[in-house]
Parts: sequence; C-alpha cells; structure tokens
Amino acid sequence: MENITKRFGSKVIANKNVSLELYEGEILSLLGENGSGKTTLMNMLSGIYFPDEGQIYIHDKPVTISSPKDAFDLGIGMIHQHFKLVDLFTATENIILGLEGKLDLNNARKKVKDICEKYGFDIDPDMKIYDMSVSQKQTVEIVKVLYRGADILILDEPTAVLTPQETDKLFAVMRNMKADGKSLIIITHKLHEVLEVSDRVAVLRKGEYIGDVMTADANQQSLTDMMVGHSVTLNINRPDPVNVTPRLKVEGLTVFDELGVKRLDNVSFTVNAGEVLGVAGIAGSGQRELLESIAGLYPIKSGSVTYIEPESGVEKNLVGMDPMDIRKSGVAMSFVPEDRLGMGLVGSMGMTGNMMLRSWRKGKGVFLNRKDPEALAQRIWQELEVVTPSTSFPVRRMSGGNVQKVLVGREIAQQPSVLMTAYAVRGLDINTSYTIYNLLTEQKMKGVAVVYVGEDLDVLLELCDRIVVLCGGQVSGIVDARSTDKRAVGALMTRVEGGKVDA
Amino acid sequence: MLKKQSLFQISKRDALPLPKALAIRGGILLLALIFCGLITTILTGQNPINVYGTILSGAFGTSRRIGVTARNVAVLLGLSLAVTPAFKMRFWNIGAEGQTLIGCLATTACMILLGNKLSTPLLILVSLAASLVAGAIWGFLPAFFKAKWNTNETLFTLMMNYIAMQLASYFIIIWEVPKGAGKIGVINQSSQAGWLPVVGNEYLLPILIVALMTGFMYIYLQYSKHGYEIAVVGESQRTASYAGIKVDRVIIRTMVLSGALCAMMGFIMTSGIDHTLTTTIVDGRGFTAVMVSWMSKFNPFIMIAASLLLVTMDRGASEVSSSLGLNHSFADILTGIILFFIIATEFFITYKVTLRKSSKKEA
Repeated sequence: MENITKRFGSKVIANKNVSLELYEGEILSLLGENGSGKTTLMNMLSGIYFPDEGQIYIHDKPVTISSPKDAFDLGIGMIHQHFKLVDLFTATENIILGLEGKLDLNNARKKVKDICEKYGFDIDPDMKIYDMSVSQKQTVEIVKVLYRGADILILDEPTAVLTPQETDKLFAVMRNMKADGKSLIIITHKLHEVLEVSDRVAVLRKGEYIGDVMTADANQQSLTDMMVGHSVTLNINRPDPVNVTPRLKVEGLTVFDELGVKRLDNVSFTVNAGEVLGVAGIAGSGQRELLESIAGLYPIKSGSVTYIEPESGVEKNLVGMDPMDIRKSGVAMSFVPEDRLGMGLVGSMGMTGNMMLRSWRKGKGVFLNRKDPEALAQRIWQELEVVTPSTSFPVRRMSGGNVQKVLVGREIAQQPSVLMTAYAVRGLDINTSYTIYNLLTEQKMKGVAVVYVGEDLDVLLELCDRIVVLCGGQVSGIVDARSTDKRAVGALMTRVEGGKVDA
Repeated sequence: MLKKQSLFQISKRDALPLPKALAIRGGILLLALIFCGLITTILTGQNPINVYGTILSGAFGTSRRIGVTARNVAVLLGLSLAVTPAFKMRFWNIGAEGQTLIGCLATTACMILLGNKLSTPLLILVSLAASLVAGAIWGFLPAFFKAKWNTNETLFTLMMNYIAMQLASYFIIIWEVPKGAGKIGVINQSSQAGWLPVVGNEYLLPILIVALMTGFMYIYLQYSKHGYEIAVVGESQRTASYAGIKVDRVIIRTMVLSGALCAMMGFIMTSGIDHTLTTTIVDGRGFTAVMVSWMSKFNPFIMIAASLLLVTMDRGASEVSSSLGLNHSFADILTGIILFFIIATEFFITYKVTLRKSSKKEA
C-alpha cells in the first residue's frame, strides 16, 4: 500500500499518506490507539472503503479494490470483529454461502475438513452455528476466508472475545498458516499478544504511519511510546485498601431474561467499601444483568441485594426498588453502564443536558434547574480535559473517550458510596484508560465500594483487589487479585457447569 | 485493472454555520418555486407568475381572506402543537384526527343536550371540560396499552380514528336536523347557546388561544421537568429508566396531554368556528399536523411558518381552480413539490455530495 489517504468529511482524515508493506509468510501486527485508523486502513484493503488517494499493489502489480468481491478475487480476506454467520446453518453451509457455481455440499464438506486438518482447526463441518462457542464461530470465519483461497488474512481484534486458552489455540493456528506461506495482519490492542505472535509491528498514530519494528527488537514500553508518541508509565497504581467494611451484600441472586433464560444463577458475593472488586468473565456471562439488577434496572427472581449504610451499619434491602427509589432511600449508587449512549447518556443532548439526568428532579416546582448542571458540566469539561466545543455540543458527536469522561465524571460527581462500572475503558486509548483507572482508585481510597467489570485480564489483575469470576451466570470463583494469575482466572472463566464448587 | 466506481461521494458534514444553512434552505425554496413554475407551464400553459399571484391573492387578497387564512393557520398550528409532545417522545401518534373529532363530538353533545339548560358561559366551560376529557381518553387508551403490553401505537391510534369517526356518524344521525337530512346543520343558530364569544372580529379568538398555546408549548418542552422527561424518553427508554424516570407514567401523561389538546382544538372548531359537527370537520388536518411538527423539528416557532405555507397553498388552491379554471388538485401538486424540496434540503444540510475525482489518476 502506498500513500493511502482516506477522508471522512472535510475535517476527518482517517488515514494520511500511509504506506505499508506486507511480505509473504509473515505475521504483521497493526498497532495504534483507538481512532488511529487501523480498521479504516484494513477496510480499504478488503474493499469496504475506497481510498481517496494512493495505490495498492499486490505482487508489485497495481490493483483496484472497489468491492469485497474484488478483494476475494485478489486473495484478501478479512475476519471482522463481529461475525457474519447465519445461525441456523452449519459451518459448511456458512462457508460456501454466497459462492457462485453449483452447490455441492459433500465436496465442500471434504474441502473444509482438509483445510481444518492442514492448519489444525478444531471444528465439526456439520455443526450448526447456534451450537458453537464464540471461538468456534471465529474459526468458521477464518476457514471461510481460507476456503475462498485467501493468501492475505486480516484479523480485526480477534482475541477480544477469547479466553487466554483460546487465544493460545488461535495463535498456534496463525503460525501454521504462516508456515504455509500465508500473510497475516492482526489488529490488536494487547501488547503482549503482539510480542507473542507477530514477526513485525507497524504502528499508526492519528491516521499516520509512524514506522515499523521487528518484534524481536521491541518490548511493551517501546511499543507504547511509539503508539502514544511520548513515554507513558504502564503501571497502575494500586494502594492497599484501608478500612475495608462490607457495603453491599448480594446473596443467592437469580434472574431470568424476557425469554425465560436464566441469566444469573444463585450469585453471592460482598462488595467492600475501600476496595475495587473486579468482575471477570467471557462476554455475556451475566455481567450486565448483575450490575443492572443491583441498580434496580433488571427484575430479580430471587435472592437479595442488601446495602449497609456507611455510618450506622443499618441494612437496607434494595430488591424491588427502581433507580429513583434507590436514590430516594438515601443510597448513593453510581453506575457507569456498558452502553454509554444507549443507557448512560442522551446522545442528542450536550454535557449540561446529560448532567441533568442525575439532577433533573431536584428543586421544587415544574421548571428545570439548569444552573447547577451547567456548573458541573463546566467543571468536568476542565478537570477531565474533555474535548468539545461547548457544553451544549451533542455528546453523540464526541469521540468515545470524551463520551466516557463525561459519563464517569458525572457519576463520580454524585459522591457515590457504591460505584459500579461496566467495561469502563472499552474502546478508549491508553491515556484515557489510565485517567479512568486513576479516578477509580481515587474513589476507592475515599472509601467508596468500587465494582469494575472488565474484559482485559491484565488490567483486572493490576487494578482490582479481589475478582469475582462469572461463568454462565454463576460465580465460578472469587480470587485475590494480588496472588492469582491470568491462567487461573482464565480457567475459572471457562469452567463447565458440572464441576460445581460453591464460592 | 480499473473498475467503475460510484461517481458521487457522500459524506457527513460538520455542523453548518447558521447563515450558510439558511442560505441553502432559501436557495432550495427558490429552486422549488422555479421548478413548480416549469411544471405549471408544461402542464397547463399558464404563466406561472400568474398562478402564484392567484394563490397569494386567494390567501391574502382581501381582509376577509386574510382573516380566514390566519384562522386556518391557527387551527393547523394548534393541532401541530398538540401532537408535538408525543412525537418528541417518539410515540407515533397518528390519532390526532380522531382525538380532535372526539373533541368536536363532545362539544356538540353538550351544546345540543344542554343548550337550553345552562347559561352560555357555563355551557362553554362544560363543553370545554367534556372535550378535554374525551380527548384525554382517546390519548390515554393507546398509551396505556403501549406502556403495559407494548402494543403498536401507530395501529392503535389509527383505529381510534375510525372509532371516533363512526361515533360521530352515529350521533349525527341521532341529532340530525331536520329529520332525514343526514346532517346536523348549525347548532343553536338562533340562541347561539354555547358559541364562543366574538373577540374583536370573528377570527381573532382562535388565533389568540393558539398564540398562547405556542408560548406554553415552547416553555413546556424547553424548560419544564416534564419536557426534559419527554426528551429523554424519546431518545432512549433505557436511559430514561436509568435516570429514574418512570417511563410508563411519562408515556401515558404525555399522550393524555396530547389528546386533550387536540380535543381542545376540536372544541374551538365546533364551538368557535363551524358551530356544527360533520365527519369531515377535521378534514385531514390531524395528519397534516404530524408533518408540520416533524418538518419544524418540534420547534413551535418554526411550526408557525410551516403552517402558514401549507394553509396559503391550500387557500390559494380554491382561487386557482375558480379564477384560472384549473383543477383544485393542481395546487396540491405544487404543495407536494415544494414540500418534497424542503424535506430534501435536510439531506443537503447534513451531507455533502462531491464528485469523485477521476480514477485514472490513481492507476
């Protein structure tokens, strides 16, 4: 790729004069903060976007890729973060879906089996997609691309949804493909994975190509510095908790969703004041339901949620209350939900309007008080360095990091005694992530009970004091974050229901 | 290997500065008028300037015409204001027609049944109260079912229109004057019992009421807690629950308000303007109001302009048909074209369309 430029609108330049080379039989990591243009660049390779300027060469020949089909014809295949599979079809059916020519399932099945054997994939060609785990679905996507004869594979954050064990498997397969002469590009945020699997690392920053290094010559610190453009400290400050007292007790919590599927099964744990409690688990293991039921947003079938008042020690049952009841009863509970714009904020309103979500009811009379929310918005704008033209600029049009600063800023400003966060740093760049970690630790030292639902095990292990591990809606373990390691937590995350040990 | 690619590239604009946005809007409106002129010449051979002139004189030619036009603007504006809270909440209420008609029916019932029992001021109050209650019920039912069982409000409110329509037909036959006429005629023509008083001239009172309503609605939506709740529920019900807003209660309350305001407009129509009840008294304005509300992005003041445009075209249409000998529908065609241009403008304000540079350079 040479001098590729892609603009969105007049001001946003997603990629600026990016030149990138990929050799046969290598694994290249594409590294960059969020919004640095990695995915955009790869989308141009796979025919989803068309570059405004620049030229793509394959085997020294100039090519024009104006549709995904062109990309396939040139042997380029992309595995997206979100799978595009038909649930009711088998693996083989999904793989040949959309291919031209005669439908020959038997032949196709054989070919799929061959590919699986060749590279060490572990899937059954006749298994239906809805019976598959996330990693199996991902495997189907990869086989699909190989089936179509791709020599260049692009994997967009393939490990985000995988456990450490599954990640190891994926890397083994990637190495097999490399040995076969395929070229692979992997987009990832996780530096240790970059170091583990790739041969070469290319770094993008704010849409520009910064440079590449051989993985053998790099380490986590040097890569981060390249990405951010200046040096950053990578350690999360974790002071020892002081004055730990129980603040919130969850006992035997069981909930069902609208379709009657059990989402939480007899979940019990205690959240302590002055401590960060991590919640780990594969995506969809009940994390969202857990936080929402505590916050009064999810119907609880059985079990109890008890709040213990900081000074008096009086216990209050929160089951059956909605968020307004909880607040009225004097429980200062803040909640940073996973779906920032769909639940935590109103996208079309500015910072001030969003501050009012927590305070709109205050004051007598029928009119809104705009003064205090405006003052709070101004304060957050300055203290957290939110990038926005004004406090009335719609938050939907801010970048992800700034949106999250507005949300976290508002929740912390409520002076909570319980602060729950779901995927608080998802999609944020390194600098903003560390800002958030520091804010949470600050709250913990103020004696707030902090719940941190996270997906990055490295961060969970560094930030939290204790970690509750969820697996299929059950607590599969509660561990001390200082004395455990990633393997142990990863094993708990995937523990099958049969081996029941009560936490 | 060069392949064809799309010629145009569409990209989202940053927020446009207001003067530029206004310039685009003005330009498009001008373009719409010119285009309408072309269509006019091609289809009818008339001089378009002539047609526009006739439309304007039909709407504003005499002081009587100005009065009628202004009053019709007031009625359409009032209905648009009435439907706005529900739409701002993203509650797809297309039942304004029925809510208004049921208000007319309630007023008619009071005027006919209590016409010679109560004094006029008292009768007006009773009719107003009856119409508000009737409209509130028409708004409450779909909202209640939506809140409790998540029924589809579009279908529900549409059905409620037919119920109102059939009820009106039923009572028109019961109260028909004279027997067998199939219509009610002017109610209490001699006693004028239950008629709204004439303030200044016969057009002024509805205009004043709706002017007050415009100010009220603006303040209600912008500055009240209720307005804030409506805005949040409209954006995302999950966010609303998260913020402790009782979503069910807000939906029901807002629809009751919407229905009651529609019915109040119905009360004004029957008691203050037409003094009768027909099944077509609302004349589709309950639907037009939806368009006015959306086109104005729920801003009460822009709604004034939008209502004025639509009423002018409608009033002009009658004049065009009689004095130029064109079909009444011709002005509707023009209205349609102008609206189409106005709505398309939004696209050009949100997006920028550029010609793609020739791909040869890239080869």
